Amino acid sequence: MPNILCNDLCKTYRQGDAVIKALDHVTLEIEPGDFICLSGPSGSGKTTLLNMIGGLDELDRGEISIDGQRVDQLSKGPLADLRLHHIGFVFQAYNLIPVLSARENVEFVMQVQGVPARERRRKSMAILKEVGLDGLEDRRPAQLSGGQQQRVAVARAIVSQPKLVLADEPTANLDSVSATHLMELFRELNQNHGVTFLISTHDERVMRYARRLIRMQDGKVISDEIQKSV
Amino acid sequence: MAGRRALSLAAMSRLSWRYLWRNYRRTSIMLLAIGVGVWAMIFMTALMRGMVDQMIADGIDALPGLVQVHHPAFRDDPSIENSIPPPGPQLLAALGSPPVEAWTGRVKVPAMISSERNTRGVTLLGVDPAGEIALGFDPASVVEGRFLEGPRDPGLVVGRKLLERLETDLGKRVVIMSQDPDNNVADRGFRIVGVFEAKLSGHEERQAYAGLATVQELLGMGDQISEIAVTGGDYRDVTALHARVREPAGPQLEVLPWTELDRYLGLMLGVMDGFVLVWVIVIFLALSFGLANTLMMAVFERVREIGLMQALGMNPSAILYQVLLESLMLLILGLLLGNLLAIASIQPIRNGIDLSVVAEGFEMMGVSSVLYPALKMQDLVLANVVVIILGILTSLLPAWRASQYRPVEAIARN
Repeated sequence: MPNILCNDLCKTYRQGDAVIKALDHVTLEIEPGDFICLSGPSGSGKTTLLNMIGGLDELDRGEISIDGQRVDQLSKGPLADLRLHHIGFVFQAYNLIPVLSARENVEFVMQVQGVPARERRRKSMAILKEVGLDGLEDRRPAQLSGGQQQRVAVARAIVSQPKLVLADEPTANLDSVSATHLMELFRELNQNHGVTFLISTHDERVMRYARRLIRMQDGKVISDEIQKSV
Repeated sequence: MAGRRALSLAAMSRLSWRYLWRNYRRTSIMLLAIGVGVWAMIFMTALMRGMVDQMIADGIDALPGLVQVHHPAFRDDPSIENSIPPPGPQLLAALGSPPVEAWTGRVKVPAMISSERNTRGVTLLGVDPAGEIALGFDPASVVEGRFLEGPRDPGLVVGRKLLERLETDLGKRVVIMSQDPDNNVADRGFRIVGVFEAKLSGHEERQAYAGLATVQELLGMGDQISEIAVTGGDYRDVTALHARVREPAGPQLEVLPWTELDRYLGLMLGVMDGFVLVWVIVIFLALSFGLANTLMMAVFERVREIGLMQALGMNPSAILYQVLLESLMLLILGLLLGNLLAIASIQPIRNGIDLSVVAEGFEMMGVSSVLYPALKMQDLVLANVVVIILGILTSLLPAWRASQYRPVEAIARN
């Protein structure tokens, strides 16, 4: 049974008088534990597809189910629960909460989940060390560089080991060493913990990590292939 | 799927507190506005409350007593025909037991007072000085000479203004004329033995005190009196005192509480509570625009973060509570500031503010020239409760708007 099923997804946006087809009859199956990269030019629909699967936006048409549950039919509350317990997000523009420290940002999701304080602290410190931010845990986002902020965002997305991580251009603001380190971390989580990754990227280095590469253009899937040289 | 969860109160409080001080200048200005508003609510209420309390207390002292017993026709025609006998055994027993604290019988008749130069109409009061003092007459208000020494004292005590109108002086003789029960003129010469000053100038000008027995003898009314004045307990609730006196007085006598004896004063008591509430709400309404605007700005500047929190799994209802908590913190801080300011500004003037410069105008309203602010717990509680409740209601709109953003649109905002 597929982990994620996207069937005939359609989404249009209006920009003035123009109608932009962000998703144009996209159908996709994602197996549990898959490691997928979405590539394509800007405006090809990668981010829209991630937002739809994560329940951040509403479809015009089509259906999405995760573990058999129709995401597109959930109301705001249950959608928030789904994101909280099953999905980790990494956004292109870091998106940290500026009034919280790096550690508190990482702990935020666990706090909402109700994880006990001691366990939260242990996990957040470990993951921050893992992403190379040991010693910077008490800094606010404004006191961190772009790359450090992105690593905090990644740590936040994976700290509670969600079933699915949706990452939108996660390496866009990272140097090559940090990008490699991040992708190694993703791969480790994928291989050892079975976390499913769906990553949109332009970065060829990131694509090399994908087991499956989906190319999009004008809101359509133009190729979907398994890579042999992972 | 796991059940719906939200941030713990501690975590939400920490988040709200940090958001509150994210723009410390805006928060400080709003805090100051709430603080000054609350101060204005409490301070002005204390002044008004003090003014009305003083007005009522002076009015009751002038009546005097919280309850009075009269002939049923006396209030329409305060003449000697409408006098009453002294209290019988049953009424005496009631007047000697709680909640009665003091009582006195008085003669109160219209009279003319003449000096060598002038004649004025006055209210002649035949009083037992001890009872009168127990009912509220302040012996210290006798600024020249002395007060009466007993019911048989042959002297007369008049107000300063009356003395001036009569163009006479302490120790001089005056003649009092009134009417006896047979409608004959009853007159007698009195020597002025004391001059009093009253908080209300009208009393200084229109009242003259003589010994009870002296006046009864002058008017040939035996031991009859015009009224029995009774006091005891808090003036705000005279139900028990009224009931205690009314029953033994019997149906042939009229027993009325001060609220009916002076309806204007009684009305003031009821109106004041309503007025305080209206005043507090009016001030808050002015404040509420600033509060709503502050919260709206606080929400608008973090739309993206609100979208992020939703994307991370925070429920819309939790976002609503978080913004409300932020508002509650702002309100509580503002209330603390306002309460402290109010208490700090009322304490130094609790012994009275001398308003003698404008006293003439005040006396027209029955208010004395010294104003004693009355800081009452009920007014403090009212101001605080109104600010909290209306503050939260005002905050509902920005909080609700924050909870209704679509994550994808909110995150895309710059």
